[in-house]
Amino acid sequence: MRRASWQEYQKDIADDKYYYARSCIRQNFFPGSEKAFLDILTNNLGIDIYDDPLHTSCTGIGYHSDVVPLETIMTVVARQFSLMAEAGYENFISSCITSFGIYNEVLATWEEFPETEERTRRYLKEATGRELVKPRSIAHTSDIMFHHRHAIARQAKRRLINVHTGEPLKVVEHIGCHYAKIFPKSGIGGSEFPYVLAGMIEAWGGDVVDYPERRHCCGFGFRNYLVQANRGSSIANSHKKLESMAPYKPDFIVANCPGCTMFLDKWQYAIAEMDGTTYGADGRGIPVLSYEEMAGLVLGYDPWKLGMQFHQVDVEPLLDKLGVEYSPEAKYLGPDGKHIGRPRDVAVNCEEVRRIYEIRR
Amino acid sequence: MSTLNFGYGINRPRAIDLDNNDLRKSNAIIAEMPELQACIGCGSCTASCTAGAITNFNFRKLHTAVRRGEYRGVYEELSKCMLCGKCRLVCPRGINTRGLVMLIKRKLGDF
Amino acid sequence: MAHRVVIVGGGAAGMQTALELKSRGIEPVIVERDIELGGKARGWYKLFPSFTPAGDVMRPLAERVKRERIRCFYGQEVTEFAPDGVILRSGERIPADAVVVATGFTLFDAHRKQEYGYGLYDNVLTSVDLERMMNSGAVTLADGSMPRRIAILHCVGSRDEKVCQKHCSKVCCITGVKQAIELKQMFPEADIFNFYMDIRMFGPGYEELYREAQERHNIHFVRGRISEAAETINKRIQIKAEDTLTGRPLRMTVDMLVLLVGMSANYENAELAKRAGLELSPNGFFRTVDSFLGAVRSQREGIFFAGAATAPKSLADTLAEASLTASAVDEYLKNSFNK
Repeated sequence: MRRASWQEYQKDIADDKYYYARSCIRQNFFPGSEKAFLDILTNNLGIDIYDDPLHTSCTGIGYHSDVVPLETIMTVVARQFSLMAEAGYENFISSCITSFGIYNEVLATWEEFPETEERTRRYLKEATGRELVKPRSIAHTSDIMFHHRHAIARQAKRRLINVHTGEPLKVVEHIGCHYAKIFPKSGIGGSEFPYVLAGMIEAWGGDVVDYPERRHCCGFGFRNYLVQANRGSSIANSHKKLESMAPYKPDFIVANCPGCTMFLDKWQYAIAEMDGTTYGADGRGIPVLSYEEMAGLVLGYDPWKLGMQFHQVDVEPLLDKLGVEYSPEAKYLGPDGKHIGRPRDVAVNCEEVRRIYEIRR
Repeated sequence: MSTLNFGYGINRPRAIDLDNNDLRKSNAIIAEMPELQACIGCGSCTASCTAGAITNFNFRKLHTAVRRGEYRGVYEELSKCMLCGKCRLVCPRGINTRGLVMLIKRKLGDF
Repeated sequence: MAHRVVIVGGGAAGMQTALELKSRGIEPVIVERDIELGGKARGWYKLFPSFTPAGDVMRPLAERVKRERIRCFYGQEVTEFAPDGVILRSGERIPADAVVVATGFTLFDAHRKQEYGYGLYDNVLTSVDLERMMNSGAVTLADGSMPRRIAILHCVGSRDEKVCQKHCSKVCCITGVKQAIELKQMFPEADIFNFYMDIRMFGPGYEELYREAQERHNIHFVRGRISEAAETINKRIQIKAEDTLTGRPLRMTVDMLVLLVGMSANYENAELAKRAGLELSPNGFFRTVDSFLGAVRSQREGIFFAGAATAPKSLADTLAEASLTASAVDEYLKNSFNK
């Protein structure tokens, strides 16, 4: 296979016993994804994973926007590691790409500049009374999903195939910059042809779309969106990617970074408002999934239990292609069965809900 | 179009886009003065430029941009040239730079 | 009885050294790893800057080696050499009075510059692939059609510490100019863009050819290095670079991207040098005594160099140096054995 080079750069990933570090953004924008990750690992794969209520944000957002100093974030990172050791774990896995970059960067900095590690040990001791214990392995949660992709495939209820045509779905994979652009060898497949998401797509029956701007940043970058005046450059990058992938008519986008998943989804609405361009079949947008959602659908999870109603771009056309049974009425019901309210219609997805559901029938 | 005020728009790409730039003018200029392609970007023309000494006029950049099909503002910018001819004396590739100023202005007159 | 000199490598350097030694009454023995003589220049199309067919240079050399009945070992790899002989992979030892290392170079593997997609994208090729295509008489895109827009990228695997190749490979700039002209002659309607960091026209006639490419053939030279190449939906190649002379990023789509691959040191050099007690240069090529009077001598008496084993060199430089090597070997043999 020509694309075999995508599989170069493999890294050692622990098989079991993970300490889970959550993502600030995902807990708020894709809370179902982190829940799905824990459910899949625990219930489907029987893996020991610990979701520690004591751990905090890595403060990466503050660090990258210049309000959290290096010493502080190092100490926060050191605290997470010591919490892991106290809980009896040594394989640290991070749900966030920014955090993943931070953890790798901090460990590399300690390695290159041992005095910073010593200083961090002291700060950690003074501030919390804890001892720093470094993890045996660091992985991103998409690495973990990749690692178990064949086990998931064995339990699959459906594959990434259009049930109406029998064709594999065309999937755009988007990798967060800090997954492998800081340390290429920290990512499966390296930085140019990362295989982490492509491997899942292939294992579950889909086709990976290699489009010209595949490697381009989504434009998220904290400084870019935190300051309103900079958002024009942020959206321009997502716009560039969407324009570049559009001719391939992808069925959906899957991303492994909180920011990318959020922005590639939500910017589609902003772009539609700003210049009238809508992407995807019939201008309904290209659904953007997290890899947990993708895995969840493959394993037969209910889309609303996966939190897919939180998306900007409606996922129903994709669910129809996959042949997923779902209840349209249940979309806006909360866990307690009560109606949580429906978002107002916007420029994209402004058709009657009924009409959207009727595609490809 | 947008009914909402986001407070920002989609920034336009800064890149020279050789797929969409109209290179016909540029090709016509090169056809008339093929030695222009022999420019090695030494900057002697800009270094010796009378206008460049007192304004941000940069002849090397300007004609390079023209060759890439970037014409916007070039005609107006070239009006800063005083046609003193010093640049032609120093050009190591023998490009008729003074003539080039006139050539570009003539070709881009309608831009 | 004639002195015997074993020459490791039967490329241009090895053959020329052998012929020169033979004319001086010395018995040369060539050990070639491949099954025939010729080295990297075999199968090359035309040589810069004169567009001389490579065969016109390489064929007479090989024929003369044959006519002079110079003994050649084929398909044999030298695993160790010393001033008194070489040892082959088979274990066989060939005794000698001196040894010439003419092991040449290894072509940079373009796959290592992953961002250019060599091996992944059909219409990304190396300068060597292009040369072979020209030699076979047909240059086309993967689908058989003719290119209308071609980009040639200089310094792939040269001057690039990301792939541990900090040196300049010397011959790629002029090769890029030569190939641009050849492509333009083949496809007069095509636009050709050479992306370069510096243009290094060090040899006789090179600068003149560069200027001819610019002025007569309208080749576009853009000062800037392509940062990444990606395939478009219709199998064209989208490239990004900076046009550093205007200070702006530049993007365009081309039908064909040619990567001018550099010269790397042979992987085996380290082990061979260690066993022979020699040193390597930081770029992995064999280190000579100096680059003046000792340019073909190693740190050990009786071991000499010829050609690109010590640094990237053009074919012309290699041939000139080989004569120098023969003369240095001759002098050494006279001084050491005929007292």
